[in-house]
Amino acid sequence: MLYLLEQCLNGIQLGMLLFLLAAGLTLIFGIMDLVNLAHGSLYMLGAYFAATFAALTDSFLAAVGLGLLATLVAGMVLEVIAIRPLYGRDHLDHVLGTFGLLLFFNELVRLIWGPAGLTLSLPPEMLTAVQVLPGIYYPLYRLVIILATLAVALLLYALVMRTRIGMLIRAGASNREMAGALGVNIKLLYTLVFGLGAALAGFAGMMQAPLSFVQIGMGENILILAFVVIIIGGIGSIRGAFVAAIMVGIIDTIGRAFLPDLMRHFVSYSAGSSAGPALSSMLIYTLMAAVLVFRPEGLFPAAQR
Amino acid sequence: MSVPLTPRNALVAGVIGILALVPIYAAAGGNTFMISLFTRIVILAIAAVSLNLIMGFGGMVSFGHAAYLGIGGYAVGILAKEGVNSGFLQWPLAVAASALFAVTVGALSLRTRGVYFIMITLAFAQMVYYVAIGLDRYGGDDGMTIYKRSQFGGVIDLSNKTAFYYLCLALLLAAIYLVWRLVHSRFGMVIQGARSNERRMRAIGFPTYRYKLLCFVFAGMLCGLAGALLANHTDFISPALMHWTRSGDLIVMAVLGGMGTVFGPVIGALALLVLEEALSGITQYSQIILGPLFLLVVLFARGGIDGLLVGGRHG
Repeated sequence: MLYLLEQCLNGIQLGMLLFLLAAGLTLIFGIMDLVNLAHGSLYMLGAYFAATFAALTDSFLAAVGLGLLATLVAGMVLEVIAIRPLYGRDHLDHVLGTFGLLLFFNELVRLIWGPAGLTLSLPPEMLTAVQVLPGIYYPLYRLVIILATLAVALLLYALVMRTRIGMLIRAGASNREMAGALGVNIKLLYTLVFGLGAALAGFAGMMQAPLSFVQIGMGENILILAFVVIIIGGIGSIRGAFVAAIMVGIIDTIGRAFLPDLMRHFVSYSAGSSAGPALSSMLIYTLMAAVLVFRPEGLFPAAQR
Repeated sequence: MSVPLTPRNALVAGVIGILALVPIYAAAGGNTFMISLFTRIVILAIAAVSLNLIMGFGGMVSFGHAAYLGIGGYAVGILAKEGVNSGFLQWPLAVAASALFAVTVGALSLRTRGVYFIMITLAFAQMVYYVAIGLDRYGGDDGMTIYKRSQFGGVIDLSNKTAFYYLCLALLLAAIYLVWRLVHSRFGMVIQGARSNERRMRAIGFPTYRYKLLCFVFAGMLCGLAGALLANHTDFISPALMHWTRSGDLIVMAVLGGMGTVFGPVIGALALLVLEEALSGITQYSQIILGPLFLLVVLFARGGIDGLLVGGRHG
């Protein structure tokens, strides 16, 4: 029971990270109609920036702040140089172009930071566990991730739904020509949105970094999970991305934690041990397939598309 | 039948000529690495030709094509591990397994289009990748050596490098011929019609979903065969066989050579792999040049190498 609760929290934590990535992806897709495979590279860059700044400043908070700023700038520069010519092209062009960018970033990181990878260590006060329910302890940092990403999600909601910039973003998403004709600087808006998506991805990367390792290609597998989230949630829908991200996070984590044990009850021990991990990694894709059968547009299809 | 001497035909003839002469050249120079490189090129060209069938002619951008390489490869590897070495059994099973996977993925993903299709094919390929990692008995993450290549009972000996190369080349030429016939058949016309305007094709009475699914499955089977070849070539299978960047490479090959031409992917595979090889000789950071190059091809040379020859977009 205790273990189940802990795994649920871990699942929510993974889901929140997925949401940060998926929100950026779906925002960029919804507004610029762009498929961005290099989104995982920004996740990786965020982690590398944070690790570098942490080594320079010796402060985790400063590292996150500076890292966010650096990822935002990197994203905006990337948009101006390489992404802008891709708008209006077909999706195959996006896939190829951003695939090239992804290879480029992996190699660039290897060139700058070396192949070994970095670590981003937490301040000691984050290393404790807190009592979430009577008798149940949970690592403080994972709780911080959940709360911080939740705060970011709320901020994002407020930004998109309650501010002038958000209004422009929504206007650009529903009809870019009309918004442009009414005097909105579409180019600048696109750069800002891309930077915002980059910062979200970078934030996810630097949140995850202390739990694992800062390494080349760290953004790729989670990027594909974020794609699954978007497919389940419906492309272009931030709300759908949120719900689907939590679902995918929990199902993936719980499946990995319990399915192998569960299988051993039904089939022989050795068969369960060998097939369990393989099957549990299929769970979320099965969920995706099921969603596709019943709702090809995803659970929360964006209304205007 | 006379063939006009256009730049494109000359290039095709030249490339086939070069490919046919590789073992002779390699034997003369005592360069065994070269024959290994070209075997790889020819095998991946088969995969790229199959991808181009659905992507270039059918407009179905699959980002999960490497999964079939993996399925074909694992079919050979798993059977070999379990003591079944006959190629007459291994290869048809590799193709059948690929067909089964293609039917499932195709039936689901063809319900959607555009970006969804790209992401779904990618996601399903990633699923197979993780399943392969989970297969502890067959090497898991590290992969597994295949100790005995497929046996064809004295018909052909695959451990003979030259024989194996020519077998791969023959299969590539057969695949190209097959795809060429397919594209120019009524079936191919329906597929291409569905790419340009699916609604209109449906309106005049073609069940485009079934046509596209069949095309998707055929491409998967062809790529599964390439996977069986690749496993025999490397004597090794691992999940890396179907890493998603491999799917990206296959797309690059198809686009680089010129999408929508039957032979283009062969040129693309040749160009990409030779370029990779050459760059890795110069710098260990070859991707830093290749990555931006892909972007430049997308931006400025949309028709690929073939487009540069013919001078313009075509169809």
